[in-house]
Amino acid sequence: MTALAATAATSTGEAVQFWVLGTVAVLGGLGTVLLRRAVHSALCLAGTMIILALFYLANGAYFLGVVQIVVYTGAVMMLFLFVLMLVGVSAADSLKETLKGQRWMAALCGLGLGTLLIVGIGQVSVGGFNGLAAANAQGNVPALASLLFTKYVVAFEVVGALLTVAAVGATLLTHRERVEKNKSQREQAIERVRGGTQLPPLPAPGVYARHNAVDRPALLPDGSPAELSVSPTLRSRGQIREVSSEQLARLAAIEQRTAEYQGRPTYPGPKDPGERALERETAGEEEAARNGQPSEPEDAAGTEREEAAK
Amino acid sequence: MSPINYVYLAALLFTIGAAGVLIRRNAIVVFMCIELMLNAANLTLVAFSRMHGNLDGQIMAFFVMVVAAAEVVVGLAIIVMLYRARHSASVDDASLMKL
Amino acid sequence: MIGLLVGVPLLGAAVLLCGGRRLDRGGHWLGTLLSAASFAIGAALFLSMLGKDAEDRAMHSKLFSWVPVEGFQADVAFQLDQLSMTFVLLITGVGTLIHIYSVGYMEHDPGRRRFFGYLNLFLAAMLLLVLADNFLLLYVGWEGVGLASYLLIGFWQHKPSAATAAKKAFLVNRVGDAGLAVAIFLMFTTFGSFAFAPVLSSTGEAGEGTLTAIGLMLLLAACGKSAQVPLQSWLGDAMEGPTPVSALIHAATMVTAGVYLITRSGAIFNGAPDAQLVVVVVGGVTLLFGAIVGCAKDDIKKALAGSTMSQIGYMILAAGLGPIGYAFAIMHLVTHGFFKAGLFLGAGSVMHGMNDEVDMRRYGGLRTHMPVTFVTFGLGYLAIIGFPGLSGFFSKDQIIEAAFGKGGTEGWILGAVTLLGAALTAYYMTRVMLMTFFGEKRWQPDAEGREPHPHESPKIMTIPMIVLAFGSVFAGGLFKAGDTFVDWLEPVTAFEHGHSPVSATAVTASTIVSLVLGVGVAWFQYGRKPVPAVAPRGSLLTRAARRDLLQDDFNHVVLVSGGTHLTRSLVYVDNKVVDGAVNGTAAGFGGLSGRLRRLQNGFARSYAVSMFGGAAVLIAATLLMRAV
Repeated sequence: MTALAATAATSTGEAVQFWVLGTVAVLGGLGTVLLRRAVHSALCLAGTMIILALFYLANGAYFLGVVQIVVYTGAVMMLFLFVLMLVGVSAADSLKETLKGQRWMAALCGLGLGTLLIVGIGQVSVGGFNGLAAANAQGNVPALASLLFTKYVVAFEVVGALLTVAAVGATLLTHRERVEKNKSQREQAIERVRGGTQLPPLPAPGVYARHNAVDRPALLPDGSPAELSVSPTLRSRGQIREVSSEQLARLAAIEQRTAEYQGRPTYPGPKDPGERALERETAGEEEAARNGQPSEPEDAAGTEREEAAK
Repeated sequence: MSPINYVYLAALLFTIGAAGVLIRRNAIVVFMCIELMLNAANLTLVAFSRMHGNLDGQIMAFFVMVVAAAEVVVGLAIIVMLYRARHSASVDDASLMKL
Repeated sequence: MIGLLVGVPLLGAAVLLCGGRRLDRGGHWLGTLLSAASFAIGAALFLSMLGKDAEDRAMHSKLFSWVPVEGFQADVAFQLDQLSMTFVLLITGVGTLIHIYSVGYMEHDPGRRRFFGYLNLFLAAMLLLVLADNFLLLYVGWEGVGLASYLLIGFWQHKPSAATAAKKAFLVNRVGDAGLAVAIFLMFTTFGSFAFAPVLSSTGEAGEGTLTAIGLMLLLAACGKSAQVPLQSWLGDAMEGPTPVSALIHAATMVTAGVYLITRSGAIFNGAPDAQLVVVVVGGVTLLFGAIVGCAKDDIKKALAGSTMSQIGYMILAAGLGPIGYAFAIMHLVTHGFFKAGLFLGAGSVMHGMNDEVDMRRYGGLRTHMPVTFVTFGLGYLAIIGFPGLSGFFSKDQIIEAAFGKGGTEGWILGAVTLLGAALTAYYMTRVMLMTFFGEKRWQPDAEGREPHPHESPKIMTIPMIVLAFGSVFAGGLFKAGDTFVDWLEPVTAFEHGHSPVSATAVTASTIVSLVLGVGVAWFQYGRKPVPAVAPRGSLLTRAARRDLLQDDFNHVVLVSGGTHLTRSLVYVDNKVVDGAVNGTAAGFGGLSGRLRRLQNGFARSYAVSMFGGAAVLIAATLLMRAV
């Protein structure tokens, strides 16, 4: 390594290393830009950074190579991943462009900038490496240190101050001031009772009558479905299954027959589930209903299922 | 191999990063693309350092790293705040700077 | 003392115009009294002036510094020399007589106090005009008399014709006023001053071209104020004002301001023979123009207005002759002041007795019904036609002689014109006289069906007429005797004898011959046979003259229509080109801004694109610069 970095010319080995790792680095960069999920982008970027660290080492910047791995891949990328977790790791970016002409302009700018940079570099005549043999004679780290603490000491101090300020700033930015006192358990209980919310535990789903699945509401004693028994998450995802009114009607018929057989008065029939379904329908379907299509209970349940499928 | 190849590679990575900044809408990914651009710049500094045979380029790269670290800290804090306020990390959602 | 001359009537105007209704009962007497006081002051100054040597008679009095600026000294200062003194006496004297006359004439008018206020304002302005010792102050007076004239012509502003006539007079005068203003500017740039003394004493330093320009501008001013061709059109319509106004302002005093201006700036005209020639031509043309118009008019006041125009033409012509004519111009001006004022007052008296009828074809045979008016009007008539021994004879004869005295072809032409004018004067004045006071009665009831009952006017009206008749008879002889008047004015205007190719006697004889010719033709036409009550169609010239020789038609076609077209095209240009450019620019920028605004869409990524694009352009520029 030392011999490699100290030489003014580059060896074949280094050329091979460059072409192989350079290709990987470019692929990593492309992956960062093009992959839909942010986590994948972060991983690609971490790979590119590691390769860059290798390039630093190859160029005789041992200290920087290590710092690159420690600071970038170690700290910065981890910070990125933390934030990704906070923000929501699963949500994939839609790659559909929303700004009109943005992608064209971006492509144009990117290509133009790249072409210009490459043309510009092509015009520079480089004699080759001078090599860092002399500079790194006492080792890379002591040489850097002697520069850093003599020639660049002011910049070093300023950068130190900058880091401190950044740390304080980040703390300030993410800090949320608590403006009122924390509620005690007693206060919370009083609030819940006064607020008239559900006090006992929510009913379990589908444990009554014939069904036993979390995506079906339980049936109340009068035969109507208990909406509270289904998790709101499932409802918001549209993964809830309706109790079939056919079965409910059959249930009612059984009750009726039992009552007749025993000669006791009949209970008032269960509330028509179709009505409930109608209440939950979206505006468009409501309009359709208003337009004169009598929505049968089965139909309503069916539409809801279709909606869920969407 | 000509040492200028390192600079070409850096230019390529820089351009890729720039394109990413322009294309991606997720603020975190945009940030990562900016990091990519900074790293590309660092690569040129290191390569130049070796070309000239002194360590000033490496010192510069070192400072860039430190500043980039500071920038990441503050930037990510801002993204977190933005997410709290808007429940979205899309840079397009923060488009209040218009009539 | 000189300031008082102006101040007294000014005070009267202020009091009468601001005093309100409580002055309605006695205000006219106050106005008359102040006018008379002004005359008394003038007379006192005149007497004190007579007591001095001819050279020491001019008096100066500086009231205050008006615009005390370095390099631009404008003072309110007065200069009372022999020329000013003549005017002061004429203005205050005739003015006072007409004030007295107006007391009777305006007796039943509801606006009498206002009328006297305006009259006093006029006196003050006119005195300021003739007493000013610099052209700037003269300009103030000049505008002041214009204002008073406007107010008095439109005194009966409820009559649309009067209001229009007032506006017309004001606007036409404005053209002349612009000329005076330009003349003053030229004087200031040329001589660095506009006081009489420095300007008139240093005319030799200026080039002849400059002097000609100043002279022509002054002539333009004189044309406007004195109703000379081509700015003559307002005088006929100005007769819409009350008759005393016509007598005082539009016959005796204000319209002669042009003659005063030319005489006063004689030094300038002496140095500019071309300007003098134009003055003479203008005077000669107007002389004939006014006379022809006067021959055709049936309205007694308009006939007299034509006569006024013609007589002022005489004065302007004389003033244009230079030192040989100045004194005679002023002399004719004074005698004309007497007899024309008398004639107008007589006309007013006739109208007073005839239910304000002005058409001479409805008069006739009035001599027995209003004997005093007849006698005074008759004396004025004899004076104006130049009956030997009366004022007009002396003054006009002098002008004709001076015209011949110009020498050369010019002299012959001018002499012929003035002689022709004298014949025409005799013709139209005899016509007026015959149609009004002789022949059978052609009276007709007025619009309200009242039969006219001609009667002599009250004493308060006849006395001024009698006084003026005395002036008409004797003033000329008094001035002529021993060349008193010429000697009196000589220190101011200088005097030279003309070199007449014909002897004075021959001139006098031919004047008398032309006079007899004019009177004879008029008697032949109007005295021998009855005057038709409806005007005959007449020849082409007569019809043109009835329309004021088409002056209004000319103005309408050339100025009004031309101006209207010019204005329309300018408005079109303004709307389409100027506004179009401005609005187009605004619309263009508006549209551009609307499009540019879309760039500011608030999306950070769009801004980033611009930034990178800019960076790319910068790099490209750098590379290009290196490549070049």
